[in-house]
Amino acid sequence: MLGKRLISSKFINRFFSSKPSLGEKTGLYDFHVKNGGKIVNFGGFALPVQYSDQSIAASHVHTRTNASIFDVSHMLQTEIKGNKCTEYLESICTADLKALPSNSSTLTVFTNENGGILDDLIVTKITEEEFYVVSNAAMKQQDQQIMTEALKDFKTRNTNTDIELKFYQPKERGLIALQGPKAITALQRLTDANLSELYFMTSTIGKIGNVERCRITRCGYTGEDGFEISMPTQRQVELTELLLEQEDVKMAGLGARDSLRLEAGLCLYGSDIDQTTTPVEAALTWLVAKSRRQAADFPGANVILEHIKTGCGRKRVGITSHSGPPARHGSKILDENQKELGEVTSGCPGPSLGKNVAMGYVSTENSKVGTKVLLKIRDKLYEGVVTKMPFVPSRYYVKAKSNK
Amino acid sequence: MLVSRVFLDFSLLLNKTQAFKSVSRNRRRFIHLSTNWLADRRFTDKHEWIEVDGKVGTIGISHYAQEALGDVVYAQLPDPNTKVKQKDECGALESVKAASEIFSPVSGEIIAKNIEVEETPSLINSSCYEKGWLFKVELSDTAEVTKLMTEDQYKEFLRTNEEQQ
Repeated sequence: MLGKRLISSKFINRFFSSKPSLGEKTGLYDFHVKNGGKIVNFGGFALPVQYSDQSIAASHVHTRTNASIFDVSHMLQTEIKGNKCTEYLESICTADLKALPSNSSTLTVFTNENGGILDDLIVTKITEEEFYVVSNAAMKQQDQQIMTEALKDFKTRNTNTDIELKFYQPKERGLIALQGPKAITALQRLTDANLSELYFMTSTIGKIGNVERCRITRCGYTGEDGFEISMPTQRQVELTELLLEQEDVKMAGLGARDSLRLEAGLCLYGSDIDQTTTPVEAALTWLVAKSRRQAADFPGANVILEHIKTGCGRKRVGITSHSGPPARHGSKILDENQKELGEVTSGCPGPSLGKNVAMGYVSTENSKVGTKVLLKIRDKLYEGVVTKMPFVPSRYYVKAKSNK
Repeated sequence: MLVSRVFLDFSLLLNKTQAFKSVSRNRRRFIHLSTNWLADRRFTDKHEWIEVDGKVGTIGISHYAQEALGDVVYAQLPDPNTKVKQKDECGALESVKAASEIFSPVSGEIIAKNIEVEETPSLINSSCYEKGWLFKVELSDTAEVTKLMTEDQYKEFLRTNEEQQ
């Protein structure tokens, strides 16, 4: 028995070249290890939490002042092609995709019948008949199911549609994010795409180095200017190395990604929003497009529209504290009389701010910016204040508005 | 819901040890450092160390722990005159990515805390066995210490943990 077990475990070890609990590898796994990435199992994927050359705080600051590359290949990339695919995609989200110009992207949410958020995602409309969707790795199974079932449903109502879904696995297509004020210089040196015309939340196809047909979308999860680049996985190492050779570009991990997105006031699905929060509670009402409110034709529209009309009991807010430890997920938020208002959903020390940042839910009447609150951390109370998000100003590359 | 709690899991990492798996690098550094380690330093499975002089134990966190936690930005240490029992939670360390509770390796009364560490938490990273000590306890039962891991046992403990991952 013992002998047998030894042999089989050896066999398994040889078969899967890494420890199985490390998670699924992306195309950059070996590259991360070689470059000093501290690998952790993040939602089933083996990804670096940081690199040995920098602490998380230093990597965070480097991203805000220079540029960093993040491996985000674990996210679900989906291609949707066919006639009426605008209409199809609108059946499961809250965005006005009809009005969205070609080669433009938007943040949107999948909702359930109770108005709860099933995932948040970036949808890029390439043409009326082609969309590119990037959604959360943690919700991969669910999102595939949502899109597949919605398509079945849509096809029974629209027999003449030829929509097809293609879910890309990390071994087929890789995704990296190049983020920070120097991302533009680094990438422009390498690509034939004219990035000066590629504004925030627009997308194009370009050649980067020798890699043809990369999808370059000007977006990110840090609050900085930057790009997300999708490419065939077999070219991912080559492309990442090329970007990394550029001046002021470093690799960054999940640790910096989390503190950067928090300072930028961006939600982490599963922590800050989930199926029990509506877009209105989550302070994401702006994701429910006006035309869609009128049509009321998305899942959970009745609940969400009611929340918009009459308000809801709680709201996601930003909270900062200057002294004491950072409040983390689960810390209670109290009013000055120590009455409980809600809970923190994520928080950390803000490396570019020198104070603690958090987001959480409080009762709507206590959600006004400037409201003083108490944060209960390990049974001690610390002062905090409801603060406008983003905590750091966003620095997206947006088109200058014409004079009114 | 399940999976996306990953960042939460970071905060549990020091107590669960399996969260950080970067490892061959750590191990090498350990072996290298070990030549300087005092033979009488003892360790807990929560990665605290204790050095005992007479009835007074000085407590800190191990090199492995400080590296797993990353830059410590806040140290909440137990106040003098507090009575603690072995394994009591008595403080916490915070880095950008995680919060980690401190557990007392022994029973007794807190007689000092390292105020310099409260003011400059990075001392825990730069000097975890010397300037980065956390607090001192007057032991009520010195026998508790002998049951803690020796340096060799702790190294073995880390190695086994890594292999299980």
